[in-house]
Amino acid sequence: MKKEFDPEKKLYTLSILVQDIPGVLSQVARLFSRKGYNIESIVSGETDKPGVTRITIVILGDELMVNQIADQCRKLIPVLAVKLLDEGTSIQREFALIKVRAADRNARDEVIQMSNIFRANIIDVSRETLTVAIFGDKDKTSALIGMLEDFGILEIAKTGTLAIERGRSTIYDDNKLKEEYNYGKNVL
Amino acid sequence: MKIRATQAIMECLLEQEVDTVFGYPGGTILNLYDELYNYTDKITHILTAHEQGASHAADGYARSTGKVGVCFATSGPGATNLTTGIATAYMDSSPVVFITCNVSEPLLGKDSFQEVDITGIAMPITKATYLVRDPQTIPDVMRQAFAVAATGRPGPVLIDFLKNVTAPNVEIDYEFVPWTQNRSCDSIQALADSHGLKAPEPDLDDIDTLAAMIAKSERPLLICGGGVVRGRAHKQFRELAEKLDCPVAITVMGGGGFPGGHPLTTGMLGMHGSKASNVACDECDLLFAVGCRFSDRVALDPASFASQAKIVQIDIDRSEIDKNVLTDHHIIGSAKRVLTLLNERVPQYRHPAWKEHILPLRAPSVAEDGDKLTPMQVLETMRRMAPEDAIIATDVGQHQMWSIQHFHFNYPGQLLTSGGFGTMGFGLGAAIGAKMGNPDKVVIHTTGDGCFRMNCHELATVQHYNLPIITVVFNNGTLGMVRQWQNLIYHQRYSQTTLDRGPDFVKLAEAYGLKGFRVTTLAEMEQAFQKALDSGCGCVLDCRLDMDEMVRPMVAGGAHITDFLLN
Repeated sequence: MKKEFDPEKKLYTLSILVQDIPGVLSQVARLFSRKGYNIESIVSGETDKPGVTRITIVILGDELMVNQIADQCRKLIPVLAVKLLDEGTSIQREFALIKVRAADRNARDEVIQMSNIFRANIIDVSRETLTVAIFGDKDKTSALIGMLEDFGILEIAKTGTLAIERGRSTIYDDNKLKEEYNYGKNVL
Repeated sequence: MKIRATQAIMECLLEQEVDTVFGYPGGTILNLYDELYNYTDKITHILTAHEQGASHAADGYARSTGKVGVCFATSGPGATNLTTGIATAYMDSSPVVFITCNVSEPLLGKDSFQEVDITGIAMPITKATYLVRDPQTIPDVMRQAFAVAATGRPGPVLIDFLKNVTAPNVEIDYEFVPWTQNRSCDSIQALADSHGLKAPEPDLDDIDTLAAMIAKSERPLLICGGGVVRGRAHKQFRELAEKLDCPVAITVMGGGGFPGGHPLTTGMLGMHGSKASNVACDECDLLFAVGCRFSDRVALDPASFASQAKIVQIDIDRSEIDKNVLTDHHIIGSAKRVLTLLNERVPQYRHPAWKEHILPLRAPSVAEDGDKLTPMQVLETMRRMAPEDAIIATDVGQHQMWSIQHFHFNYPGQLLTSGGFGTMGFGLGAAIGAKMGNPDKVVIHTTGDGCFRMNCHELATVQHYNLPIITVVFNNGTLGMVRQWQNLIYHQRYSQTTLDRGPDFVKLAEAYGLKGFRVTTLAEMEQAFQKALDSGCGCVLDCRLDMDEMVRPMVAGGAHITDFLLN
């Protein structure tokens, strides 16, 4: 049976496990630019295994296109595993630092109250500003940013989305697909 | 044992049983060439006229011998001149290790003289790139590079050594390890471990499923793709084809994977495919492709491609599955392994009615008599007079399609052509590589006047190394394939395709110290070709053809596979 793909464009999260060697990030990133797609967010960081990095990429696209990029990514020699995660089966979080103008006491109080509602923390304060740190899903950070805009946001530093599967399954799980990809790049 | 770093590079080449390298020296690679001077009895270096020629030669050597080709070049322009050759090898899955040297560490990233980020440039056109900054990693990197180039789906690899790494006073620890034992080396072991150590095997359940699909099929069509050639699975493929007793279409890259003159062959498939192949593709109920990626020149319109058929794809590279055409079933593995397992499970079938319907559609190419020399006459003469196992290296365009349609290729590596990348100027370099790898075989280079002009300076290489390569120029005074499109699709507006200019190819050949022949009639062709075969030196046959000759049949890009624009 031929596969069917959802033609509707939506956000997909790719979790990619790679060997930590020079150029690996650009090797992965170029697969998106090659097709003229813009990466919505990208996060890279170390894992429980030494020398292994996990890259999480969020991309707006249709299922066929995203699958094709995932396929070409799996083919790269330093890539150990690629998983397509969706909101239903994974937990997704991001982290943001927001510097807000708060020149008088009223403004400061309001920003602090607002932050409390969102369970965000004030991590820096000066005579004219407050810096708020928030951790949560995309909607939560966007909502807080929306509220703080009234006070005047001076700058934002934000991570991309991090994601991990719910339940027992992990990116390390062996499966037939992984084995099939290793055939094409086997060095045995 | 402590040896010089450059010595380790040479020893690592010997580990891989490399005896021929192609290349061009320059400032940053001087240390390597200085070391090569000590190895002249073990490694033959072919100095080409241009790095691009060297890259195609290493590629042609790899394609024709099945070994890994090796090519040297210096930094900057030397390295960038390789890129067309690297991309050509990548698109056609040819195993070549490209070795370049870059500026010294302190000069790196400072826009120094002849500096370029070649590992960055080559990233999208190689299986892997290595920038070597630590001399101690040389043996590991060299071994890994050869392993990566040759295993799985083959392809080019680039190693860029910093000049200071190759300095004469740099010494490293080194032990000679024959390539058969390379796997125990650290980096290869680590790579294998990280990807699951066990050698992958095709899934037997999937093979049973395929055997059942074959049993059900009444109108199967086999496609012989480049994977059959690269995997040297021609024997297994032939056994399967004869068991299935069905038509067999051969892609451009599949040339040599299945005998061109076999009674089941329907010839090429796709844009310039035969009527038999294209109709079979449209009407079959099982399309069974081996090592074929359904490029846009084969699956012209993916949506209507083989619309009545269950499509089965056998490929070594999982990312080719469902890439261009959606498939019903696939098996991942080397063509040789999968077909061996499949042949054990497939009985003899007979499909007389289906064969009777398709095979008569093969139109025999006829070389008409007449005053004017025709491409078919040129090819027919060559086929008649050249030894059956002659290697044919082509350039790209009309002569390429005619050569592939007309010659019968019988073994992998007999046809050398840039099918994926379509690189004009590929042929002469590839022919040089093929002749170096197959000194006992006759090597013929077919080209057009446009293609030949791009890299004809390699005639100097042909002459210097006394390589008896026969270059047959299909000289029609135009970029024939582009003109054909302009004629059929662009209302005869021949924009910038007429090549009414020099040089005189006969005089050019003579200027390079080779023999040149002007050919304007069939009789002259026969005479000149015989002289060329007998000469024992490089020859150029300048065959004057009409500029309005066309490659037939033709289906326009994106059209349904049986909507022939030309019959």
